Amino acid sequence: MRETDALANARREMEICNACRYCEGFCAVFPAMELRREFSAGDLSYLANLCHNCRGCYYACQYAPPHEWGINVPRTFQELRAETYAEYAWPRRFAQLFDRNGTIVSLVTALGIALVLMLAAGLVDPDALYRAHPVVPGSFYAVIPLWAMQATGILTFGFSLIALAMGARNFWRDAGPRERPGPVALGIALWDVLTLKNLGGGGHGCNDASERFSMRRRWLHHAMFYGFFLCFAATCTAFVYGTLFGWEAPYALTSVPVLLGTVGGLLLLVGTVGLFAMKLVDDPMPAARNLLGADVALLMLLALAALTGLVLLALRGTGAMGIALAVHLGVILSLFVALPYSKMVHGVYRTAALLRRATERNMKPLGGE
Amino acid sequence: MPDRTKTYDVLIAGGGNAALCAAITARQAGASVILLESAPRAFRGGNSRHTRNLRAMHDKPNDVLTDAYPEDEYWDDLLRVTGGNTDEALARMTIRASSGVFGWMQANGVRFQPSLTGTLNLGRTNAFFLGGGKALVNAYYVTAERLGIEILYDTEVLSLNLDDGAVRSVDITYRGFPETLHARCVVAASGGFQANLDWMRQNWGDAVDNFVIRGTPYNRGRVLKNLLDQGVASIGDPTQCHAVALDARAPKFDGGITTRLDSVPFSIVVNQLGERFYDEGEDVWPKRYAIWGRLIAQQPEQIAYSICDAKAFPLFMPSVYPAIKADTLAELAAKLKLDPDKVQATVAAYNAAVVPGQSFDNTKLDGNRTKGLTPDKTNWARTIDKPPFYGYPLRPGITFTYLGVRVNERAQVLMENGQPAGNLYASGEIMAGNILGRGYLAGFGMTIGTVFGRIAGQEAARHARN
Ligand SMILES: Cc1cc2nc3c(=O)[nH]c(=O)nc-3n(C[C@H](O)[C@H](O)[C@H](O)COP(=O)(O)OP(=O)(O)OC[C@H]3O[C@@H](n4cnc5c(N)ncnc54)[C@H](O)[C@@H]3O)c2cc1C
Ligand code: SF4
Ligand code: SF4
Repeated sequence: MRETDALANARREMEICNACRYCEGFCAVFPAMELRREFSAGDLSYLANLCHNCRGCYYACQYAPPHEWGINVPRTFQELRAETYAEYAWPRRFAQLFDRNGTIVSLVTALGIALVLMLAAGLVDPDALYRAHPVVPGSFYAVIPLWAMQATGILTFGFSLIALAMGARNFWRDAGPRERPGPVALGIALWDVLTLKNLGGGGHGCNDASERFSMRRRWLHHAMFYGFFLCFAATCTAFVYGTLFGWEAPYALTSVPVLLGTVGGLLLLVGTVGLFAMKLVDDPMPAARNLLGADVALLMLLALAALTGLVLLALRGTGAMGIALAVHLGVILSLFVALPYSKMVHGVYRTAALLRRATERNMKPLGGE
Repeated sequence: MPDRTKTYDVLIAGGGNAALCAAITARQAGASVILLESAPRAFRGGNSRHTRNLRAMHDKPNDVLTDAYPEDEYWDDLLRVTGGNTDEALARMTIRASSGVFGWMQANGVRFQPSLTGTLNLGRTNAFFLGGGKALVNAYYVTAERLGIEILYDTEVLSLNLDDGAVRSVDITYRGFPETLHARCVVAASGGFQANLDWMRQNWGDAVDNFVIRGTPYNRGRVLKNLLDQGVASIGDPTQCHAVALDARAPKFDGGITTRLDSVPFSIVVNQLGERFYDEGEDVWPKRYAIWGRLIAQQPEQIAYSICDAKAFPLFMPSVYPAIKADTLAELAAKLKLDPDKVQATVAAYNAAVVPGQSFDNTKLDGNRTKGLTPDKTNWARTIDKPPFYGYPLRPGITFTYLGVRVNERAQVLMENGQPAGNLYASGEIMAGNILGRGYLAGFGMTIGTVFGRIAGQEAARHARN
């Protein structure tokens, strides 16, 4: 990690926190901080990515603004995290994509949709786009050929996975040497990810909008997270059906892909819209406003993915199916492409940070005694 | 807006732990309550927002405390730190009541850290607030708002107008504008007077200019002085305050816990002349840190310097300001603006006097001492010779003052004639001197405020509703 203003501020704040330690019960950040007396750039990147932005330590801080020290750990870490996303981006020159991330993700989305629409029009009889299709196996492929769907999906998603993995590797290396995570550490980290334990302010919830504690954000994030994975599972099942068994989409309402996708889509929609709504009413103090764009763009992209999927399901027997399918696939394509260059990367770095925390769980805090 | 025409059941002067406990208790007992806090909302909560834990008696482990801390041990600890300067009946009542506060605190929003974590070895005697004192204060304010307690910030109580042993009216300034309010009962919970530098100057002279006030700038003792001027009985030594050694670079007010320095037992401490002046290794730090404020206050310019080497540096809690670091002692002395020759001579004399041979153990009194120095260092004495060398400037940091109003076990304020005032109660730092006449027991301030806050709230509500 480079030395930047955000990094210098994070170091200043961590040095104050380390002399205070009042917040050690909130989350994994503070116990990790207590293992250190000096904070390298890599340490700070690790701590920033370990922070789940629950805001507990902001409202609890006796040095929060307007105190002259102006400690605001959630905001500082959010700013630093954004810089780490650019820092670890792979390939390196794509780092700039994080500069105006909101605009870029939105553009990618628009382009994705347009591209698929044009492809659909170009690859098959343009008429197929507007014709009413009966809901029979293969009717989707009349609009977009199966091979085109599969090839694009594999290429874009595959590339994204590689880019994400390289980013994770950059992050892990930058944070300094650590022993290889064992199965216990992996289990702990996985549990932390799946439960979002650290988004619970020590078990009592987050400070969503004020000093009051609530579980709202955690539940909404869960809805989004599990909704996303259900949708992903739906896509994978459909892929397997199509390639291995030769069963052609669309599938029956009671089929596994449709059931997974519908439940997942609804959850994803509830989660993303809810989280977006929360941003509107949040206390702006502990948030880094200039990063709102990236946040909102990703939420919108995910919400669109869910919404267009559900719309497609509703319209698949009508003349609007062609357009609905093309738009939905356009959104999915954008999501695949934008994945490693959107706020989505927070999942990867945070998981890596939790894993790192789990590997150092038995180390003793430094300091007195 | 305060309602001038209304007679509130209970008016609370102050906005820290003691005030909030009283306000919530009174409201839960059915009283109409108004709470007046002189600080703006962002700085509400007085010194309570700087606290971390509370000391509670318990007979068996619970979800926040390990082992047991029985009444007699608690009482012995209190007797030891106060040197008997306490009221046994009030003290024992407080100690006993401390075992029952958790349920009430949790029901009103306070969260505790599970026992065992933390670098301080207080998991047995002290319960740690999750997020510290400001989180506790926030939780109480949320509860107070929910219960319909009227809360006014930027509102200073100027005078509780006593007539014939009862408060008849209350003069305040609300956002700078004078008002007079009426209440059937009043609870004084406005802390000590340590932030009132003019008052402090009466006892300490211009040395106060070199003091650091660890907590809120709003505890100026206005209510305390007003009451004492009207014939309320005082308690506690008016000239004394709890003073610890702090990093001299601390802000004048509100630096809180982070400016504390735990380096003393593992260093030598010299004054501005480069001379040692007290046994740095007299006892374990938690038992000694509170005498160092006074010791430094007695040195020229109220400043001292803790000096150690690379061996000692990892042994204490990191302080908020970076240590001043140098490869030689002369260089370090120069950086600290001390006479390098003098510092080198002091360290040389100290190094020569260290008795070798014992094994070093930072966790107990290890008997590693010097011989033949005045004063000697009697524990953890090791030569200072391994570069780099580290130094910290130290100043006296004032936690609170001891002077307060005298109360009885019902939290009623007593007049000089020994009679309780008719409708005036006190809780927290403003009456802590009744129990803690001297010294300090970590976590006892919040215990006193919680226990007496609840008693005051209960009694005031009952009196007002009758
Ligand atoms: C850095 C630090 C750490 C500490 N740590 C601990 C700890 O861990 N555990 C512990 O038990 N104790 C601790 N203490 C001591 C503890 O802070 C006090 O014992 C306790 O907070 C007293 O509570 P209180 O409500 O009486 O006073 P405070 O919390 O100081 O509240 C006084 C309130 O009165 C208000 N006020 C003052 N004058 C007026 C007026 N004229 N009109 C209206 N309002 C007024 C103030 O603004 C303030 O809100 C610590 C103290 C400091 C400075
Ligand atoms: S955020 Fe504030 S209260 Fe929490 S550990 Fe840091 S300095 Fe202390
Ligand atoms: S997870 Fe919450 S408590 Fe922990 S550092 Fe982030 S905002 Fe603070």
